[in-house]
Amino acid sequence: MAQDAIANAGYQEVVADWSGDRQAFQVPWGKAMMWFFLLSDVFIFGCFLSAYMAVRVATVDPWPNSAEVFALSFGGDPIPLILIAIMTFILISSSGTMAMAVNFAYRNDRVKTAALIFMTAAFGAMFVGMQVFEWTKLIVEEGVRPWANPMGAAQFGSVFFMITGFHGMHVTIGVIYLITVAVKVMRGHYDNPKPGKGSYELVEIAGLYWHFVDLVWVFIFAFFYLW
Amino acid sequence: MAYVAIADRDHEQPLHHPHSFITKWVFSQDHKIIAVQYGMTAVGVGLVALGLSLLMRLQLGFPDSFSFLTPDTYIQSVTMHGMIMVVYLLTALLLGAFGNYLIPLMVGARDMVFPFMNMLSYWFYLLSVIVLLTGFFLPGGATGAGWTLYPPQSITGGTPGAGGGIISMLVSLAIFIVAFTMGGLNYVTTVLQARCRGMTLMRMPLSIWGIFTAAILGLLAFPALFVAAVMMLFDALLGTSFFMPAIISQGESSGTIGGNPVLFQHLFWFFGHPEVYIVALPAFGMVSDLLSTHARKNIFGYRMMVWAIVAIGAISFVVWAHHMYVSGMNPYFGFFFATTTLIIAVPTALKVYNWTITLWKGNIRLNVPMLFAIGFIFTFIHGGLTGLYLGNVAADIPLSDTYFVVGHFHMVMGVSPIMVIFGAIYHWYPKITGRMFNNTLGKIHFWLTFLGVYSIYLPMHYLGFLGVPRRYFAYEGISFSETTQAVNANITIAALIVGVTQLLFLFNLVWSLRKGKPAEHNPWGATTLEWHTPDKVPGHGNWGASLPTVHRWAYDYSVPGASQDFLPQTMSSEEAISLGARGTEET
Repeated sequence: MAQDAIANAGYQEVVADWSGDRQAFQVPWGKAMMWFFLLSDVFIFGCFLSAYMAVRVATVDPWPNSAEVFALSFGGDPIPLILIAIMTFILISSSGTMAMAVNFAYRNDRVKTAALIFMTAAFGAMFVGMQVFEWTKLIVEEGVRPWANPMGAAQFGSVFFMITGFHGMHVTIGVIYLITVAVKVMRGHYDNPKPGKGSYELVEIAGLYWHFVDLVWVFIFAFFYLW
Repeated sequence: MAYVAIADRDHEQPLHHPHSFITKWVFSQDHKIIAVQYGMTAVGVGLVALGLSLLMRLQLGFPDSFSFLTPDTYIQSVTMHGMIMVVYLLTALLLGAFGNYLIPLMVGARDMVFPFMNMLSYWFYLLSVIVLLTGFFLPGGATGAGWTLYPPQSITGGTPGAGGGIISMLVSLAIFIVAFTMGGLNYVTTVLQARCRGMTLMRMPLSIWGIFTAAILGLLAFPALFVAAVMMLFDALLGTSFFMPAIISQGESSGTIGGNPVLFQHLFWFFGHPEVYIVALPAFGMVSDLLSTHARKNIFGYRMMVWAIVAIGAISFVVWAHHMYVSGMNPYFGFFFATTTLIIAVPTALKVYNWTITLWKGNIRLNVPMLFAIGFIFTFIHGGLTGLYLGNVAADIPLSDTYFVVGHFHMVMGVSPIMVIFGAIYHWYPKITGRMFNNTLGKIHFWLTFLGVYSIYLPMHYLGFLGVPRRYFAYEGISFSETTQAVNANITIAALIVGVTQLLFLFNLVWSLRKGKPAEHNPWGATTLEWHTPDKVPGHGNWGASLPTVHRWAYDYSVPGASQDFLPQTMSSEEAISLGARGTEET
């Protein structure tokens, strides 16, 4: 084996190196699995966003101006995209608290970890709450429906509810997931991991999911609200 | 603190040992039981699809003879037959059943990495099958959109099942995708992260390489179908216009506007083409092991076989629009996709050559699994060559939607994987049940099936050249040639014989379960790990007290000088040398 690898230096050596161990990645099973799941989820959101672009290009009616549709006015002139800006800020902040939670988790700091995860979940819940507000405003005040809307192309509403709804579902699941992990951290579930009980690694795995949901939002923000 | 791999902490691996009948046989977390559950469900629903295909053949062979066959039931049979066979039979059987059974046993793991999720995967699959079959009982019946479900026709009135059947189909597909994702994540993670000591990736049997690559393809391709299904559900239930252009039918407007029907085709085939390889790659892998084992010869060009599987998997994501040459997309796309389609033939041809060279001067034992493996080479070359032909735009456009296409894809992704599945079931039957199947029945099954499928699908190519279109209920008043009807009648008779032959196969499986000769521990003299478990039929946890250690690749057959014609993967160099083997330093 060893002589072979030296003799056939180059890519074969890389392959032999990478494939030689019992596991391809030096990470827990759960973390590897979360990576693969997120890769699969990337394709789901990728398909949703590509489909949105194809639909937007194909439709015959003019596409509504998102800066106007998603504007809010506080007393005076409408401020474009102000709600979305706040939502984005909150979600990105939640990634920050999640990263800190992972840091404290690996220091086995039970209380700070749990507090930061709860904070992350709270940010997530705020995001979903503001999304509910946004949906309500669009549906009730502006008459946007999945099948039609007064501003222009019918597909605007269809795509909006489908993609932000699917993302909002991810955030909601993430909030529930984070609360579950936080409760387990609080109870000291991961402090002395017995076989099959998990460890603080699970905090990082939950973090991976959360950061992913965050990252997806950045793309939705760019493609849907800024375009 | 150095990171200790979980697989290395063997004593820590939690296994949920069953305590009751229910947890042992029904809600089992043992990958072997789940595999059998997957297999039985897939075969069960596959029998439904087989019955539907016979209904179609009855109509085509003997039109106007059967009053229970109407144009609606015909097109519903076409649709359900196609979707069940491709997704609920082949995908579930190859990945759900064989993936589950073989991966932990062949890579030397105690179980899948997350057994509970593995169990959920099966129950979601069963749910998806039930939801799919409810389509038959909804008002309007199952969907008759054709298995590709192209909108707008699939969800507009006039198509059978446009109100109910299509909904159950789409919901069922979405559930299936959830089930597949849970299974597929397990397969990929188990192969990458839970191999036993010494089992490097480049020592894995090709079966595992095929299943592993197919699982990755599934994780990346099914999302497109999921998105397409969700969008079409919106169109059907909420009245959105994702795929629905403005339609005026019989003076009435559909109320939809500005949708993009070709988008659905792109999404569908972005899933649909990798799906061909999700089905083909596990078959490629398993047939490699079957050929090598029964020819008592190492597989020719193992590394290239692995790279070919990986290359086919990668290229399969950039060939999808060769299904859409007549969809009206930009003609330059045709140029690109024809080129990639021809490129994918290179690694595929490499595999075919390597299988043939593996047989060359081998000590071929014509056991039943081997017959099916060799049969596969025939049917696959046949279907593959017509595929190359259809990959060219100029050849595809006149032949599109004729029986030539039906003949082609049934040979390449219907019959070929099924041949491997039969071969693999016969090959691993002694491992799963501890008993041998009936050899004579197996041989009769092979010859009737092999000759039968040729008499079904070869004439279809001829019909295609005559211009006979597919999916038509009847060709009243149009005779493509004097013999068209006679050919169709012949195909139907052959199909009926092949259909009945499969009962022989099922009978053999059930009968041998009780009455079969008890199998030897390793009846085929195979090298791979699953034949070297402590128990003949491996128990929960597979490996008894300690995990196996692997010392060599999976193909040490007929090693020069050795006194036995195979060296198991678990055999160390010292043992091999003591058997007189030359040149067997661990590879």
